[in-house]
Amino acid sequence: MASKRILLICRKAPYGNALARAAADMALAAGAFDQELAIAFIGDGVWQTIDQQDSTDIQQKNHQKLLSAFELYGISESYVEAEALTERQIEPSRLSLAAKPVNQQQLSELFEQADMLLTV
Amino acid sequence: MILHTVNKSPFSDSSFTDCLKFCRAGSSVLLIEDGVYAGKKATHYSELIENHRDITFYALAVDVNARGLKQDISTNITLISDSEFVELTVTHHSVQSWF
Repeated sequence: MASKRILLICRKAPYGNALARAAADMALAAGAFDQELAIAFIGDGVWQTIDQQDSTDIQQKNHQKLLSAFELYGISESYVEAEALTERQIEPSRLSLAAKPVNQQQLSELFEQADMLLTV
Repeated sequence: MILHTVNKSPFSDSSFTDCLKFCRAGSSVLLIEDGVYAGKKATHYSELIENHRDITFYALAVDVNARGLKQDISTNITLISDSEFVELTVTHHSVQSWF
Protein backbone atom coordinates (compact mmCIF):
# COMPACT_ATOMS: atom_id res chain seq x y z
CA MET A 1 0.00 0.00 0.00
CA ALA A 2 1.37 3.39 -0.96
CA SER A 3 1.99 5.61 2.03
CA LYS A 4 -0.02 8.77 2.43
CA ARG A 5 1.57 12.14 1.88
CA ILE A 6 1.17 14.07 5.10
CA LEU A 7 1.45 17.84 5.19
CA LEU A 8 1.92 19.41 8.62
CA ILE A 9 0.94 23.07 8.68
CA CYS A 10 2.42 25.11 11.52
CA ARG A 11 0.88 28.49 12.21
CA LYS A 12 1.88 29.22 15.82
CA ALA A 13 4.89 31.10 17.15
CA PRO A 14 7.20 29.10 19.46
CA TYR A 15 7.51 29.46 23.29
CA GLY A 16 4.26 31.37 23.99
CA ASN A 17 2.40 28.08 24.26
CA ALA A 18 3.15 24.38 23.73
CA LEU A 19 1.61 24.05 20.26
CA ALA A 20 4.70 24.71 18.14
CA ARG A 21 6.62 22.17 20.18
CA ALA A 22 3.83 19.60 19.97
CA ALA A 23 3.73 19.98 16.18
CA ALA A 24 7.51 19.51 15.89
CA ASP A 25 7.33 16.41 18.12
CA MET A 26 4.59 15.06 15.88
CA ALA A 27 6.76 15.63 12.80
CA LEU A 28 9.71 13.83 14.40
CA ALA A 29 7.49 10.90 15.41
CA ALA A 30 6.19 10.62 11.84
CA GLY A 31 9.78 10.78 10.59
CA ALA A 32 10.85 8.04 12.99
CA PHE A 33 8.13 5.80 11.55
CA ASP A 34 9.25 6.53 7.98
CA GLN A 35 6.11 8.39 7.05
CA GLU A 36 6.22 10.72 4.06
CA LEU A 37 5.84 14.09 5.72
CA ALA A 38 6.33 17.66 4.55
CA ILE A 39 6.02 20.70 6.74
CA ALA A 40 4.77 24.21 5.97
CA PHE A 41 5.23 27.23 8.24
CA ILE A 42 2.59 29.88 7.67
CA GLY A 43 1.55 33.08 9.45
CA ASP A 44 3.13 33.38 12.90
CA GLY A 45 4.48 29.84 12.38
CA VAL A 46 7.37 31.37 10.41
CA TRP A 47 8.80 32.70 13.70
CA GLN A 48 9.69 29.08 14.50
CA THR A 49 12.20 29.02 11.66
CA ILE A 50 14.22 32.13 12.60
CA ASP A 51 17.85 31.73 13.74
CA GLN A 52 19.62 33.15 16.85
CA GLN A 53 17.03 31.69 19.26
CA ASP A 54 18.38 31.51 22.81
CA SER A 55 15.81 30.17 25.26
CA THR A 56 18.18 29.41 28.17
CA ASP A 57 16.78 32.16 30.40
CA ILE A 58 13.13 31.25 29.95
CA GLN A 59 13.79 27.62 30.93
CA GLN A 60 12.38 26.17 27.73
CA LYS A 61 13.93 23.86 25.16
CA ASN A 62 15.45 25.63 22.16
CA HIS A 63 12.96 25.34 19.32
CA GLN A 64 15.57 26.05 16.64
CA LYS A 65 17.56 23.01 17.84
CA LEU A 66 14.43 20.86 17.74
CA LEU A 67 13.80 21.86 14.12
CA SER A 68 17.43 21.11 13.25
CA ALA A 69 16.68 17.43 13.98
CA PHE A 70 14.22 17.27 11.07
CA GLU A 71 16.86 16.43 8.48
CA LEU A 72 18.13 13.59 10.69
CA TYR A 73 14.60 12.16 10.83
CA GLY A 74 14.23 12.19 7.06
CA ILE A 75 12.06 15.31 6.93
CA SER A 76 13.67 17.32 4.16
CA GLU A 77 10.68 18.95 2.51
CA SER A 78 9.73 22.18 4.26
CA TYR A 79 8.17 25.44 3.16
CA VAL A 80 7.72 28.92 4.58
CA GLU A 81 5.08 31.43 3.56
CA ALA A 82 6.80 34.22 1.62
CA GLU A 83 4.08 36.78 2.45
CA ALA A 84 4.44 36.04 6.17
CA LEU A 85 8.22 36.58 5.94
CA THR A 86 7.68 39.93 4.21
CA GLU A 87 5.05 41.12 6.69
CA ARG A 88 7.43 40.30 9.57
CA GLN A 89 10.52 41.65 7.74
CA ILE A 90 12.35 38.35 8.16
CA GLU A 91 15.24 38.09 5.69
CA PRO A 92 15.51 34.64 4.03
CA SER A 93 19.12 34.57 5.33
CA ARG A 94 17.68 34.38 8.88
CA LEU A 95 15.99 31.00 8.27
CA SER A 96 17.59 28.31 10.41
CA LEU A 97 16.45 25.39 8.27
CA ALA A 98 16.51 24.78 4.54
CA ALA A 99 12.87 25.74 4.06
CA LYS A 100 11.70 26.93 0.68
CA PRO A 101 9.87 30.28 0.60
CA VAL A 102 6.65 29.87 -1.39
CA ASN A 103 3.70 32.20 -1.85
CA GLN A 104 0.16 31.70 -0.58
CA GLN A 105 -1.13 30.47 -3.93
CA GLN A 106 1.62 27.82 -4.17
CA LEU A 107 0.87 26.81 -0.59
CA SER A 108 -2.79 26.29 -1.30
CA GLU A 109 -1.77 24.06 -4.23
CA LEU A 110 0.43 22.04 -1.85
CA PHE A 111 -2.51 21.72 0.53
CA GLU A 112 -4.59 20.31 -2.35
CA GLN A 113 -1.94 17.74 -3.26
CA ALA A 114 -1.50 16.28 0.24
CA ASP A 115 -3.43 13.16 1.27
CA MET A 116 -3.62 14.25 4.86
CA LEU A 117 -3.46 17.72 6.39
CA LEU A 118 -2.57 18.44 10.00
CA THR A 119 -2.87 22.06 11.07
CA VAL A 120 -1.41 23.22 14.36
CA MET B 1 0.00 55.85 35.43
CA ILE B 2 -0.76 52.40 34.11
CA LEU B 3 1.72 49.74 33.07
CA HIS B 4 0.20 47.79 30.18
CA THR B 5 1.56 44.32 29.45
CA VAL B 6 0.95 42.56 26.12
CA ASN B 7 1.77 38.86 25.71
CA LYS B 8 0.33 37.94 22.30
CA SER B 9 1.77 38.32 18.80
CA PRO B 10 0.18 41.35 17.07
CA PHE B 11 0.28 39.41 13.79
CA SER B 12 -2.37 36.95 14.99
CA ASP B 13 -4.15 38.63 17.89
CA SER B 14 -5.59 42.10 18.52
CA SER B 15 -4.23 42.49 22.09
CA PHE B 16 -1.48 44.90 21.06
CA THR B 17 -3.62 47.18 18.89
CA ASP B 18 -6.43 47.09 21.49
CA CYS B 19 -3.92 48.13 24.14
CA LEU B 20 -2.75 51.09 22.03
CA LYS B 21 -6.35 52.27 21.60
CA PHE B 22 -6.74 52.69 25.35
CA CYS B 23 -3.24 53.79 26.21
CA ARG B 24 -2.87 57.39 27.42
CA ALA B 25 0.09 59.74 27.13
CA GLY B 26 2.64 59.05 29.84
CA SER B 27 1.75 55.40 30.31
CA SER B 28 4.04 52.46 29.65
CA VAL B 29 3.66 49.35 27.51
CA LEU B 30 5.71 46.28 28.29
CA LEU B 31 5.95 43.55 25.65
CA ILE B 32 6.35 40.08 27.10
CA GLU B 33 6.26 36.49 25.72
CA ASP B 34 4.85 36.53 22.14
CA GLY B 35 4.08 40.23 22.62
CA VAL B 36 7.73 41.01 21.82
CA TYR B 37 7.05 40.32 18.12
CA ALA B 38 5.37 43.77 18.04
CA GLY B 39 8.86 45.23 18.45
CA LYS B 40 10.34 43.58 15.32
CA LYS B 41 12.11 46.31 13.37
CA ALA B 42 10.60 47.77 10.18
CA THR B 43 7.18 46.12 10.55
CA HIS B 44 3.75 47.74 10.71
CA TYR B 45 3.67 47.29 14.49
CA SER B 46 7.10 48.72 15.27
CA GLU B 47 6.04 51.69 13.12
CA LEU B 48 2.99 52.14 15.39
CA ILE B 49 5.39 52.10 18.35
CA GLU B 50 7.59 54.73 16.74
CA ASN B 51 4.54 56.92 16.12
CA HIS B 52 3.45 56.83 19.77
CA ARG B 53 6.17 59.08 21.18
CA ASP B 54 4.13 59.90 24.30
CA ILE B 55 4.15 56.27 25.45
CA THR B 56 7.21 54.46 26.84
CA PHE B 57 7.75 51.01 25.38
CA TYR B 58 9.67 48.19 27.03
CA ALA B 59 10.31 44.56 26.09
CA LEU B 60 11.43 41.72 28.34
CA ALA B 61 14.96 40.78 27.23
CA VAL B 62 14.70 37.04 28.03
CA ASP B 63 11.63 36.72 25.79
CA VAL B 64 13.31 38.72 23.01
CA ASN B 65 16.43 36.51 23.17
CA ALA B 66 14.45 33.27 23.18
CA ARG B 67 12.68 34.31 19.99
CA GLY B 68 15.90 35.18 18.15
CA LEU B 69 15.17 38.92 18.05
CA LYS B 70 18.11 40.25 20.05
CA GLN B 71 19.29 42.46 17.16
CA ASP B 72 15.88 43.10 15.65
CA ILE B 73 14.05 45.21 18.18
CA SER B 74 13.05 48.78 17.31
CA THR B 75 15.32 51.39 18.89
CA ASN B 76 12.26 53.02 20.50
CA ILE B 77 11.94 50.05 22.85
CA THR B 78 13.95 49.61 26.03
CA LEU B 79 14.99 46.04 26.78
CA ILE B 80 14.59 45.18 30.46
CA SER B 81 15.46 42.33 32.84
CA ASP B 82 13.06 40.37 35.06
CA SER B 83 13.98 42.49 38.09
CA GLU B 84 13.35 45.70 36.14
CA PHE B 85 9.92 44.25 35.25
CA VAL B 86 9.25 43.98 38.99
CA GLU B 87 10.39 47.58 39.46
CA LEU B 88 8.02 48.80 36.75
CA THR B 89 5.07 47.08 38.42
CA VAL B 90 5.76 48.88 41.70
CA THR B 91 6.50 52.28 40.19
CA HIS B 92 3.22 52.30 38.28
CA HIS B 93 -0.19 52.92 39.83
CA SER B 94 -1.65 49.73 38.36
CA VAL B 95 -1.00 46.99 35.80
CA GLN B 96 -3.32 46.19 32.94
CA SER B 97 -2.56 42.95 31.16
CA TRP B 98 -3.72 42.42 27.58
CA PHE B 99 -3.80 38.73 26.69
